[in-house]
Amino acid sequence: MNNKFRVFLKGIFDVSPLMIPVVPFGLIFGVLSIDIGFSPIETMGMSLIVFGGASQIVLLQLFSGGASSLVIISSVGAVNSRHLLYGAVVSEHLSDLKLIWKIIISYFLVDQAFARSNEYFKKNKDKNKYFHLFGGGITCWVIWQTTTFLGIVLGAFIPEKLGLSFAVPLTFLALLVNDFRKLINVIVIIISGLVATFGFNYVPYKAYVIVAGVTALVTAAILTKLFKTNE
Amino acid sequence: MSNWLLIICCGLITFLTRFSMIALLKKEMFNDRIREILSFVPSAIFPAIIFPAIFLDNSGDFQLENNPKIIASIIAMLIGIISQNIIATIISGLASYWFLIFVV
Repeated sequence: MNNKFRVFLKGIFDVSPLMIPVVPFGLIFGVLSIDIGFSPIETMGMSLIVFGGASQIVLLQLFSGGASSLVIISSVGAVNSRHLLYGAVVSEHLSDLKLIWKIIISYFLVDQAFARSNEYFKKNKDKNKYFHLFGGGITCWVIWQTTTFLGIVLGAFIPEKLGLSFAVPLTFLALLVNDFRKLINVIVIIISGLVATFGFNYVPYKAYVIVAGVTALVTAAILTKLFKTNE
Repeated sequence: MSNWLLIICCGLITFLTRFSMIALLKKEMFNDRIREILSFVPSAIFPAIIFPAIFLDNSGDFQLENNPKIIASIIAMLIGIISQNIIATIISGLASYWFLIFVV
């Protein structure tokens, strides 16, 4: 089997467990979007063009609340600003790629694929390792498009109770399992969570995610420095 | 603004946040210190999504009593710490959440 294909399959394999909570999330996104008044084609278009669960839910929430387009777009930007950090983290591993591959990989840089490929990149030096992110990204893409479509079609048969509200935090929680055992990581996790929870109602445009993230990252920078000087 | 234009603008801004750093940063800009700090990105960003989604309701008010999400998250976290396994974490989380809302 050729190496690119092997790395691609590894990407699919690594990201697969994370698709379990994406299924109810995608279904309910499809249902909500139709409920709010978007057409089936527009709903599919959202999943194809935006391809980001958090962005699409923010779009729906603000749209249904009657927010102006400018507010919606800037809020989607603020929610997405976390991707700037994901991009910064993986860019080192992608810097030798052709522009077209950078564009393709960027489209597929969703949370789950980022988290799993970031772990893979750290352990592997292989020049084809970007196929891992490509495989993981495509897996997320297929599941997201399929579940959006099923949500549109099945509509009212899907109970909202099924767990949209829990699928999202559970996914991200599962992505942190390796970090719960490290002291600095635990402190960073708690700071980020507290800033986000208490900033939720006060930071405009849903920018609490990036405000909390940057605060926690600065904390990490200070703590790693402190721990080193003490050694 | 038409719905389609809105969707395209949201798609564009989403893509640009993903693409910009990949396009702009060069390998030479990285050193061990920057790598070390960037290794904390998942720990710094993911809780900002987890905590509000668990502790706040849709209108942003604290929801600390009768909240199955808190209990299910604690169970999932404990299983995660013990097993260090993503699939066990997710299944224990979803199973306990559904158990709490449908059975209890």
